[in-house]
Amino acid sequence: MAFLEFQDISKQYGSVKAVDHVSLEVKQGEFFSLLGPSGCGKTTLLRMLGGFERPTEGRIFLEGKDITDLPPNQRRVHTVFQNYALFPTMTIWDNIAFSLKVAKRPKKETEEKVDAILEMIQLGEHAWKYPNQLSGGQKQRVAIARALVDRPQVLLLDEPLAALDLKLRQHMLIELDTIHDQVGITFIYVTHDQGEAMSLSDRIAVLNHGRVEQLDIPAKIYEAPATRFVASFIGDTNFFAGEIAAVRGDYCEIRSEGFPAIQAYNDKALAAGQRVDLSVRPEKIRVTKTAPAAAKGPGLNVVKATVQDIVYQGVYTKYWLKAGARRISVLEPHSRFLLDQETITWNDDVFVWWHPDDGYMVEVK
Amino acid sequence: MGVRTESHKTEWLTTLPSLAWLTLFFAVPALIVLAFTFHGHTPNGGVGEWSLATWKELVDPDYPTIVWKTLRISFQVTVWCILLALPCAYAIARMGTRWRGVVAGAIMLPFWTSFVVRVFAWKTVMHPDGWLQAVYHGWLHAKLALFSWIPGVSVPVLADPPPGNCLLGFAHCAIDTARTTIIDSEIAVVLVSVYTFLPFAIMPIYTAAEKFDFSLLEAARDLGAKNFHAFRKIFVPGIWQGIVSAVLMVFIPAVGSYVIPQMLGGTNCVLIGNKIFMRAMQQRNIPHASALATLMAAAVLVPLGLAAWWTRRAAARDRRKLELRTAQLMSTGGQR
Repeated sequence: MAFLEFQDISKQYGSVKAVDHVSLEVKQGEFFSLLGPSGCGKTTLLRMLGGFERPTEGRIFLEGKDITDLPPNQRRVHTVFQNYALFPTMTIWDNIAFSLKVAKRPKKETEEKVDAILEMIQLGEHAWKYPNQLSGGQKQRVAIARALVDRPQVLLLDEPLAALDLKLRQHMLIELDTIHDQVGITFIYVTHDQGEAMSLSDRIAVLNHGRVEQLDIPAKIYEAPATRFVASFIGDTNFFAGEIAAVRGDYCEIRSEGFPAIQAYNDKALAAGQRVDLSVRPEKIRVTKTAPAAAKGPGLNVVKATVQDIVYQGVYTKYWLKAGARRISVLEPHSRFLLDQETITWNDDVFVWWHPDDGYMVEVK
Repeated sequence: MGVRTESHKTEWLTTLPSLAWLTLFFAVPALIVLAFTFHGHTPNGGVGEWSLATWKELVDPDYPTIVWKTLRISFQVTVWCILLALPCAYAIARMGTRWRGVVAGAIMLPFWTSFVVRVFAWKTVMHPDGWLQAVYHGWLHAKLALFSWIPGVSVPVLADPPPGNCLLGFAHCAIDTARTTIIDSEIAVVLVSVYTFLPFAIMPIYTAAEKFDFSLLEAARDLGAKNFHAFRKIFVPGIWQGIVSAVLMVFIPAVGSYVIPQMLGGTNCVLIGNKIFMRAMQQRNIPHASALATLMAAAVLVPLGLAAWWTRRAAARDRRKLELRTAQLMSTGGQR
């Protein structure tokens, strides 16, 4: 049995189904993310794991033990709350020591553990301050330390970085990763920010309308989205809706309205007549003033287009192009010295092209 | 500089009305009362010459007992009020906004009827033939039956047994019905005082509880605390200011109360308020009444002042200790 298992969990609030038959397995020591838009059921799942909500259906197992009906204080699962929920009437030291004191650990052990974790989060000098005397990032670290000090089986993080500004968020991302590596405890991380989920997680479960849309490693979620929702929620993409006109070996030809035939790698061995959404990520598409040389095999997908918008970002340039009635977004990274190159400007007629292997087909049911 | 004087001026002007009000109707009367204590009284109820006669009169052997009783009862009333108000305020603060208004309104509702009428109503409730008396008697009998076996526990027992209503048939559990009515007893005074002052305890605690972040209780439970532990260690300190105001709101009027002991305490529960009333209204000895009032105020204010001083000192000591500990922690942290 898996370390942590959600078995066919549903949660009904009145007529709203917040979680709809979710089954998940989490491995020990894993950094696991629940990713989705607000109202997708990710926080409800987390609260059920914390013991603050009861599932309407299904069971939750932790190390083989059914914890579904245990109150929060009887599970060794701690939460880092979005607003930190530090106790304002206690010092930082007492905040962190709380769980150890509740468990009536020996005084010496408590002191050692609290001092050690204070050192880990580098807040030793602030030990005797009160939460309202700390900055957002410091409070965040205290909240994590407080939840980790008695080494829970699982640490739950509910959008822990949402309240921080961008720079601090990036810093805390690295810190969280380091802390996870140091303590080796299973982290369950709830977020709506795909960037956070991608950079931290071992695996991600993408949720929508209370269901798991896809559960996989970050690269697979990004490169091979299981559904149209996943493809559009994780990063930007260009969708080409159409129908498979013909299958040629490993590749197929997609007929999409107002477009020449598009070649795509048929990884799922779909038959002709199947309706599909082809997702092509902006960074996989190239823009050039001249037509690319013909490639071997299935050839390249080449479309003529006009430049509508350009946003230069230094590392890359983002283009919005018009091809027929369609808008295509392209992200062109700059790996060479840009000033030596012929630049593309507004209203230029250009060629937009990508390799058939770089599109990913999602079936339309 | 000009701006500063200007703002100072407006500050003065805005606080002036309330300051004047307080001076005129609080400070001055209090000083007059104090001044009266250093006067004798005239036979026709006036204030006499400057003298220390009044203070000398205060060496009445009854007074320490009465002062102690007043403080003891006020303390009991305060404790009960806080104990009842805490869960009450907690519950109201956790209610939906609609119910909150209804319940808060219900708590304030008694204030729409006359206080004296309400106390009088209690007289009926506690009538010797009423149900409350029956409950009280049942309790006394149970207590007698249970504790009369334990040496050193005394229960009021009278040789003359009342007919019939003796629990478990023990002959010695006869209880003096005349002495053990609930009305005209200390219990009646405490009970009705709690009833009267409870809203004054609930309101400040509720106001504090309303601002309390209840997700903190969730966090405490998440970290392993049982509900009551979370309530005690997180909720109570979180609304401490509300509790302090509630204590003051109940204790101070309880010390001065005289209507409730007058109407329900009979001769068994004469408090300092009754004495002051008696001296002032019946014996027309205003200086003596003033001296009693001053004595009572001192009995409350001196301990309060001492407590405040002690807390401040303790806080300063704690702060020094924390600074020391931090320094220690930093040095050991550096060595590790």
